[in-house]
Amino acid sequence: MLVRIISGDMPRSRLLSLIVLVIGFSLLFAPFLFPGIKSLDTAARIAIFIVLVASYDLLLGYTGIVSFAHTMFYGIGAYGTALALDAWGPSFWAMGLGTLLGALVAAVLALLIGLFSLRVRAIFFAMVTLAIASAFAVLVSQMSAFTGGEDGLTYRIPRELTPAFRLMTDKILDVSINGRLLAYYLIFFCALVLFLVLLRIVNSPFGTTLKAVRDNSFRAEAIGYRVIWYRTGATVLSAVVAALAGSLLAIWLRYTGPATTLSMEIMINILLMVVIGGMGTMYGAVVGATIFILAQTYLQDLMGIASKATDGIPLLSELIAPERWLLWLGVLFILSVYFFPTGIVGRLRGEVK
Amino acid sequence: MTSEHPVLETRDLTIRFGGHVAVDAVSCAFQRGTTTAIVGPNGAGKTTYFNLISGQLTATSGKVLLNGEDLSGLSVAARTDRGIGRAFQLTNLFPSLTVRENVRLVAQARARRGYDLFSVASSHVELIERAEHVLAEVRLIEKADQTVAALSHGDQRKLEVAMLIALQPQVLMFDEPTAGMSVDEVPVVLDLIAGLKRDTDRSILLVEHKMDVIRSLADRIIVLHNGALVADGEPAEVIASPIVQQAYLGREPEEETVDA
Ligand SMILES: Nc1ncnc2c1ncn2[C@@H]1O[C@H](COP(=O)(O)OP(=O)(O)OP(=O)(O)O)[C@@H](O)[C@H]1O
Ligand SMILES: [Mg+2]
Repeated sequence: MLVRIISGDMPRSRLLSLIVLVIGFSLLFAPFLFPGIKSLDTAARIAIFIVLVASYDLLLGYTGIVSFAHTMFYGIGAYGTALALDAWGPSFWAMGLGTLLGALVAAVLALLIGLFSLRVRAIFFAMVTLAIASAFAVLVSQMSAFTGGEDGLTYRIPRELTPAFRLMTDKILDVSINGRLLAYYLIFFCALVLFLVLLRIVNSPFGTTLKAVRDNSFRAEAIGYRVIWYRTGATVLSAVVAALAGSLLAIWLRYTGPATTLSMEIMINILLMVVIGGMGTMYGAVVGATIFILAQTYLQDLMGIASKATDGIPLLSELIAPERWLLWLGVLFILSVYFFPTGIVGRLRGEVK
Repeated sequence: MTSEHPVLETRDLTIRFGGHVAVDAVSCAFQRGTTTAIVGPNGAGKTTYFNLISGQLTATSGKVLLNGEDLSGLSVAARTDRGIGRAFQLTNLFPSLTVRENVRLVAQARARRGYDLFSVASSHVELIERAEHVLAEVRLIEKADQTVAALSHGDQRKLEVAMLIALQPQVLMFDEPTAGMSVDEVPVVLDLIAGLKRDTDRSILLVEHKMDVIRSLADRIIVLHNGALVADGEPAEVIASPIVQQAYLGREPEEETVDA
């Protein structure tokens, strides 16, 4: 049963199974295990990023396509939901319709980009996506009457998903059972389903063909696969899932703006998470996103504490000042790529390259 | 399929690379159920002729017909769908996948299941069995779980042949299938081709240098030289002809000045 749910794609490493299970259970019971606004927010972002990074892995790891437009699709989903909630008010149907429209726009745009530019060499495709994504980001910030520009949009979501909505007066394990908790579980289960769908796709006949296209597109074509359609199909699927992840973010944050969805920084982070976790494995997205988001959230705090503790030592306390957290993240990244060229998952599975 | 047409035909097939004519107005028909050896010195245009038939290269002029249907303008994949299959001179596999997965992907392409998104590939037992059957034929079944990158050169050549067999095309094009194989591996591949020959629906085009191989397998030989078809006939007759004697048994091909 469980094997069927994960499409027969076992973690193939005892330690990896354990890590994935720990992450899964931690997210499932996050509201009770890690009470507090900040930790719940971190858990929700981890769930969303697992989906976002996994959808990018479908493209980069399984199909061998380098795209810089992934955050654009993420943003399209987020803005779809945000604009709908903003325009039509905080109802579930506005939320659902906006999400659907966002995914649809992402699909059509990905189809066009795929058909027009996947025939060219990989490096040109990467450049084309970079150009389109930059143009899109500029467009969003220019059309401020519609999108809120750089300030973004703040809107209300259905009351049932807000802290004001109480399901019961009593607390369970000291956690109040309110709409915020519902919102978290909406995000969690949507993310879980999307991840399992991606896992199914990469293990399907289509997904295995993507690996053939990645390995040797010339031969894939020669045995009868129309490579351009497989590449375009992967682009569309990954764009739709990214858009849905964006919608989840829009629901969770009740705010959508360029900085949370469209920025190049997020694009780079996604790339890092895929590479750190392990490309072409799906489980890499789970591990990579979790480690990265945790580091991003808590490294600064940790460094703040360490910096205080080493106050007397001049150079050291300078080096581990909280402002330097990006530097240390960079160092971590370089070390992980150096020591685990196949990513954490590749390493755990004992693959060498 | 209409039987009055040859299974494959090329008419005035020509390709020019800059000023160099690599295949020069080759007109030739191949009948169903026959095995034709294509010979010629290095650089004669044999592989290029194959590339024009299977669609990796686009002809400067002339055309390729399969069962009378003009294939001009069709992509490689479309030609494969119609029954043209190819094994490559330079091994051309999916290196990070396992041996079984390489052949399974061919069986899957053949069954046209590639666009299936929601089933699990490993649940299509018939495709896996098909792949394993072919792997047993080429004696690679014990290595089914190895990744291709870890295979020896000879085993990669066998896999190359296995992938063509799994495709079950009408026209099978082998480009020096035994090149670089060890002496004891060669008979396995030759037996396989001989077995395919017995299937009278399939036609084989075989680029090969070894005369004994050609003698035992081919019903007919055509000779390419500087891109042009210079001899065509029964094996014994063509092998005895001066042009083949010169190219294979006499001087170096480069010294040739004969412009037949
Ligand atoms: N894509 C290409 N661009 C330019 N020249 C090419 C190209 N492909 C082949 N040629 C040239 O066409 C000629 C024929 O090459 P081809 O590979 O068909 O020979 P061949 O008969 O298969 O030789 P071999 O026995 O060495 O395999 C050669 O001179 C080669 O350099
Ligand atoms: Mg050749």
